Amino acid sequence: MIAELSHAALAVAFALAAAQAFFSFWGASQNDLRLMAVPPMAAFGVLAFTAASFAGLTYLYVTSDFSVANVYSNSHSAKPLLYKLTGVWSNHEGSMLLWALVLAIFSALIGFFAGNLPPRLRANVLGVQGLIAAIFILFILTTSNPFLRLEIAPAQGQGLNPVLQDIGLALHPPLLYLGYVGCSISFSFAVAALLEGRIDAAWARWVRPWTLVAWLFLTLGIAMGSYWAYYELGWGGYWFWDPVENASMMPWLAATALLHSALVMEKRDALKIWTVLLALLTFSLSLLGTFLVRSGVLTSVHTFASDPTRGVFILCILVFFVGGSLALFALRVSELKPGGIFAPVSREGALLLNNLFLSAICATVFVGTLYPLLLESLTGEKISVGAPFFNATVGPLALLLVALMPTGPLLAWKRGDAAGVAQKLALGAGVALVLAIAVFAINGAPFYPMISLAIGIFAIAGAVTEYATRVALFRVPFAETLSRARGLPRSSFGTLLAHFGIGISLIGIAAEGGWSVEKIAAVKPGETVRIADFDLRFRQWIERKGENYRDLAAVFEIRRDGILIGELGPAKRIFVMRGQQTTEADIRSFGLSQLYLSIGDPSPDQSVALRAYWKPYVLLIWLGAVAMALGAGASLSDRRLRIGVPKAAAKKKLGLAPAE
Amino acid sequence: MTRKQRRLTLIAVAGVVLALATALTLSAIRDSIVFFASPSELSLNPPPPGKRLRIGGLVKEGSIVKEGLLIRFDVTDGAKSIPVRYQGMLPDLFREKQGVVAEGTLEDGVFIARTILAKHDEYYMPREVVDALKDKGVWKHNEGVKK
Repeated sequence: MIAELSHAALAVAFALAAAQAFFSFWGASQNDLRLMAVPPMAAFGVLAFTAASFAGLTYLYVTSDFSVANVYSNSHSAKPLLYKLTGVWSNHEGSMLLWALVLAIFSALIGFFAGNLPPRLRANVLGVQGLIAAIFILFILTTSNPFLRLEIAPAQGQGLNPVLQDIGLALHPPLLYLGYVGCSISFSFAVAALLEGRIDAAWARWVRPWTLVAWLFLTLGIAMGSYWAYYELGWGGYWFWDPVENASMMPWLAATALLHSALVMEKRDALKIWTVLLALLTFSLSLLGTFLVRSGVLTSVHTFASDPTRGVFILCILVFFVGGSLALFALRVSELKPGGIFAPVSREGALLLNNLFLSAICATVFVGTLYPLLLESLTGEKISVGAPFFNATVGPLALLLVALMPTGPLLAWKRGDAAGVAQKLALGAGVALVLAIAVFAINGAPFYPMISLAIGIFAIAGAVTEYATRVALFRVPFAETLSRARGLPRSSFGTLLAHFGIGISLIGIAAEGGWSVEKIAAVKPGETVRIADFDLRFRQWIERKGENYRDLAAVFEIRRDGILIGELGPAKRIFVMRGQQTTEADIRSFGLSQLYLSIGDPSPDQSVALRAYWKPYVLLIWLGAVAMALGAGASLSDRRLRIGVPKAAAKKKLGLAPAE
Repeated sequence: MTRKQRRLTLIAVAGVVLALATALTLSAIRDSIVFFASPSELSLNPPPPGKRLRIGGLVKEGSIVKEGLLIRFDVTDGAKSIPVRYQGMLPDLFREKQGVVAEGTLEDGVFIARTILAKHDEYYMPREVVDALKDKGVWKHNEGVKK
C-alpha cells in the first residue's frame, strides 16, 4: 500500500509542478495577478507531495519491505537503523527522489519569501522552478521508479554496499544536493530576468543570498565527501581528482565566481551580463554533474547504474536547460544594458580578476574531466587524466588567485589606491615570508608546498589586515575599535571568515603535501615500526563484532619518546551478509595533526601489511572549509536582516507579516 | 583613462589569464595524461620503457604470489597475459578472476605497477576492462555489471 501511495503522491507532485510552471508563464505573459497567485500555492503542494513520497520510501526502508525492488537491492533487515535511513539515498532512484525533494523545498522557500518581489519576476522564477521540478519528477516516474514491486517478495534484502555504511556518507549527498539544487534558484532568476529583458541591482540583491545558501551547502558537502574518502577508503588521500569529485568542484567554482560578481552588480550595477551568464552556467554545471554521475558515463563509487535510457533522458534534460537558457541569453542579451564603469585598479577590477581566475580554473577542470570522454568517443583511444594534470593546471592558477585575494576587499570601489593597498599588505606579506622561511629552515621542503604555505599565511594575514583596517585596530582607543566592529555589517565579518578559511585550507593542503610521512611495512606480532617520532608496536590480532559485521583488527601500541600514549586498531571489516570486506583505518589526532594507520590482508604467518601516515596539520584542510561555510552563514544573517526587515515591518502594521 | 582604454585594459588582463590557463592545460595534457592498454595491445605494440600507462584485465587464476609486501600476478584479457609486480597494499576487492586496473611502467616485459586501482563493490568492473574483454570475446553480458 505505502509503495503505491508514495508512487501516486509523486505523480500528483508532477502534475502540480507542471501546473506551477503553466500558471506562472501564462500569468506572467498576461500580467494577470490572479493567475500569478497560483504558482506559490502549487509550489507548496509540490513540496507536500514530494515529501510524502520521500517519507513513504523512507518508511519502506525502515520497515524493510523487501517486496519493493529498490529496498531489496539496497537494504537488509540486520542493518543498523541509521543505515536503513541513509540507504534511501544510497542508490540511483532514491537519490533522484532526494534531488526532487530538495528542489521542491527551495521552490516552496521562494514562494514563501518572495512576497516583496515584483509579481512578474516571481511568477517567472517559480515557472522555471516548476519546469525543472516537473521534468525531474517525470524522469523519476518514467525511468527510475523507486516503488516498483517484485513479483515474489524475498525474505531478505541484499544489503548496502559496505563502503557506504558510514555517517560521513549519510550526510554527504543531502548536503551536496542542497548545494547543487540551490544553484537552480539563481538560474531561475537569471532566466526570469532574460524573459523580462530587464535586470537591475535589486535582482542581484535577491540572487546573492540564495547563491550564498547554495554555496554554503556545496562547501560543506564537498568537504564532507573529502573527509569521508580520507578516512573510509584507507589510502590517506583527501582528494583524488576523480571525475565525480570534479563534477562537484565545477559548480562550486562557478558559484564562488557568481557570489563575487553579484556583489559588483548589487553595489555598482556593473558586470550585469556576465553575472546573468554565470548564474546560467553555475546550474548548468550542477546539471552536468548530475548527468556525469547518474548516466553511467563515468565509473566510480558514485555511479549506481548504467541503464542507457536514463543516461539519454538526463542528457536530454541537460541539453534542454543548458541549450535553452543559453539560446535565450543569446537572444535577449542585447536588451540588457551594461552598467557602471570602473578603473582597472578598483574593487570591481579585483572582483573581475577573481572571476577570471575562477572561470579559468573551472574551465581547466572541465577540460580535464571531459577530454578523456571526448577523445574516447572520437578516436576510441583510452586515456586517464589524473592528479598530475590537475595539480599542474589548477595548482598555479589557484595559488595566484589566493595570492591576489587579500587585495580585493582593501581596494575602494570605482577607483582604488594600489600603493596604499600594497602598504597595508606589506606587514602581512612580511609575516608570511618570515614564517615560510622559518619552516623551511627547520624542516626543509619541496617548492610547491613552500609557496602554498607562504600564500596561505598571506591570505590569512590579508583577511585580518582588512578587518583590522575597518575597525581601526590600534589606531583608535580599543573601546572605539569594539564599537566599530559592532557597527560593521555582518557580511564583512563573513568575508573575513571565508577568506580566512581559504588561507587555513591552503595551509593544510601545503602541510599535507609537503610534510606528510608515509611508511609501508610488513609487520609480525611483537615487531615495532617507527614513523615520524612515534614507535608503533604490533601487539596482536583481535576480533571485534559489530551489528552486521566483524572486524579483524591489528592492535598497535603507540609510543612517543618511549612513553605509551595509546593504541590504534586499524581493521579489515568483513560484512557477513555480502561476503565483502572494507578497510577501516584508525586515526588519532594530535592537535591538528593526525597519525593514520590502515592495514592489508593478514598473511598466513600472522604478519600484516601496515600503511602508516603522519599527516601534520591535515585537519586544517576541512576546518578551513568549515570557516568558509561559517562566513557564508554570517553574511547570510546580515542579508536577511537588510532585505527583510523594512518591508516585513511595514507589513506587520497591516497584519500581513509571514510567520517567521 | 577613457572608457575605451579601460575596456582594453580589462580585455588584455582577461587575455593574459586565459592564455596562462591554456598554456598550463596544453603542457599538462602533453606531460601528464596516461594511456590505457590491454595485455593484447601491449604485446602487439610495446611502449617505450619508462612510459607511464594503465593496463587492465582480469587477475589470472592461480597467478598471485605474495612475498611480504611484494606481490606478483598476471593480468589477462583472455588472449594474452602480462606479468605484474607491485609493492604495497592491495585494494579490498583484489581477487583472482576479478577485474583490475594497474598504473605503472613496462620494464623488460614485466609491468611494474605503482598503483592498483580499487574497486568499490563486487559488481563494479572498470569500463576499460569490460571493453578490453569484449574485444577478446571473453566478456559475457550481465557478468559483473550491476543489474
